[in-house]
Amino acid sequence: MSNLLLFPIIIPLFFAAILMMFPKNIKLQRLLAVVGAGAALLSALVLLAKVNTDGVQAVTLGSWPAPFGISMVSDPLSALLVVTASLLVLFVIFYSIPTIGVKREQSFYYPSVLFLMVGVNGAFTTGDIFNLFVFVEVLLMASYTLIVHGGEKPQLRESIKYLLVNIISSSLFVAAVAFLYSVTGTLNMADLAVKIPQIEETGILTVIAVMFLVVFGFKAAIFPLYFWLPGSYYAPPIPILALFGALLTKVGVYAIMRTYTLFFTMNVGFTHELLGIIAILTIFAGCVGALAYFDVKKIIIYNIIIAVGVILFGVAQLNQPGIDGSIMYLIHDMLIKAALFFLIGIVAVLFGTTDLRKMGGLIKTYPALGWVYLLTAFGLAGIPPLSGFPGKLLIIQGGFEGPQFWGSIVILATSLIVLLSSVRIFIYAFWGKPVETVPLKKSTFNQMFIPTVILVAMTVVYGVGAELFMPLISGAGEVLLNPSIYIDAVLKE
Amino acid sequence: MEIIMSVAIGFLFMAAVYLMLSKSLIRIIIGTGLLSHGAHLLLLTMGGLGGNSPPVVSHGVSVSDYADPLPQALILTAIVISFAVTSFFLVLAYRSYQELGTDNMNLLRGTEDYE
Repeated sequence: MSNLLLFPIIIPLFFAAILMMFPKNIKLQRLLAVVGAGAALLSALVLLAKVNTDGVQAVTLGSWPAPFGISMVSDPLSALLVVTASLLVLFVIFYSIPTIGVKREQSFYYPSVLFLMVGVNGAFTTGDIFNLFVFVEVLLMASYTLIVHGGEKPQLRESIKYLLVNIISSSLFVAAVAFLYSVTGTLNMADLAVKIPQIEETGILTVIAVMFLVVFGFKAAIFPLYFWLPGSYYAPPIPILALFGALLTKVGVYAIMRTYTLFFTMNVGFTHELLGIIAILTIFAGCVGALAYFDVKKIIIYNIIIAVGVILFGVAQLNQPGIDGSIMYLIHDMLIKAALFFLIGIVAVLFGTTDLRKMGGLIKTYPALGWVYLLTAFGLAGIPPLSGFPGKLLIIQGGFEGPQFWGSIVILATSLIVLLSSVRIFIYAFWGKPVETVPLKKSTFNQMFIPTVILVAMTVVYGVGAELFMPLISGAGEVLLNPSIYIDAVLKE
Repeated sequence: MEIIMSVAIGFLFMAAVYLMLSKSLIRIIIGTGLLSHGAHLLLLTMGGLGGNSPPVVSHGVSVSDYADPLPQALILTAIVISFAVTSFFLVLAYRSYQELGTDNMNLLRGTEDYE
């Protein structure tokens, strides 16, 4: 029983509430936002260290005995994701300071970011399926504010669609929870993992599992439910886009990962094969989009969809390399997507457009930016020894060990398309005839570039030093593959 | 009783889908309201309709004849959330109508560059 795992959720909530009192004082807003996100990151790191030494941490709110109260559970996977998410929020705040604009900063931008952090960290930590719904709504509410923040015409138009899609998926979530409750009589995830294997009629449970796949699939943007993502993510400014691209879809992916390893394992032959096939189709859909557009934002947005497919294919294999690989790739993807959006944000500011055909020759004026971008693009495609490689290697190995070996071949082949799509940005924006750039103050450029470089350096460390992180990752994989560890931690306090 | 409830829920879902498929934004918002009502009623029904039995276990009340209080707690949470989201949606719709000058979903397609 330790309250430590609540700190990454409560600290940003506290700071966000305080920040709402004085929206006009920008200096204090920036300072407190950084302090809040930093404190949350610090508590998340302490939590990760504790989970690593003492095993899975669980607390049931109000000191009720476990299946009756709301459980919060921190296993290595959720602790790792909470650390990564807190880190990214901190970097997005750093990057927002020079880019988001004074007007937005004065209109509750930082509180919204911190509220989003509350929802994301809460969704990663909760051990109760209805509480997951509540935290998802918290993060969605913050994301509605952020996506429409500034009130430009494209933002308003896309927000309506984003809101509508999410309201429908939330209603389906409530309906799916209702069905699950009527069949099992519990909503605590650990208790579900105990009760579900005792139920003999697996047919109805399979239906519920697929309903949950649809619900989380809307959030994770899997095929064919990804249609809303490219349009909606295109509308907000770059820092918000980086936050969404790095964190929001990953909550859906995490939820699928958790439910499909912990308790929806009664009919693996159907549900997990379906998940694997959908994952491969998601990769194809993302590839088509990534190659089709001449717009830097659109290209990277479609790369989000590809990554979701790769991660879920690893989950669908349900064997040790597959699961380890998806956890590794999930964290890699969160870091690298934020870094990529930061980089193309700088490129877009320099050219004053996001259209690739109107760009060129940036390598002459900003050589450092060019090389950092190329490094990140190679990391995204998974060229060894950069960060995409170890995760993808394990996922592919997992695929070859399972029945869906053809999926691994598809992932290998599509890696080339990912490389092509990201290097295309390099070729168009950095090579070729120099195009006149928007003059940018050296100090502003550095304010944008330094957090980006640190983030890219982190992805390189994560890739080159993968061996260092491997004990943590395989510890997380072990809990996912052996639900009994999770169940014991929650139910036997 | 459960049968009547299921018919009511099905009707709500049907009406919601019909309204959400229309072009006018305000009809769509009413549709989302009906959809969440349907989901809430479903949650209530799925918990089992207890009739007159008390929701608290005390002396002389066995587990078999008490009403499950949990679905009501869940519905309360879900109602509050859907209330907040609906009010946000209404404000957003009004603001978009002012800025974009239309509430017809057909005219809200595409982006500036890719019509």
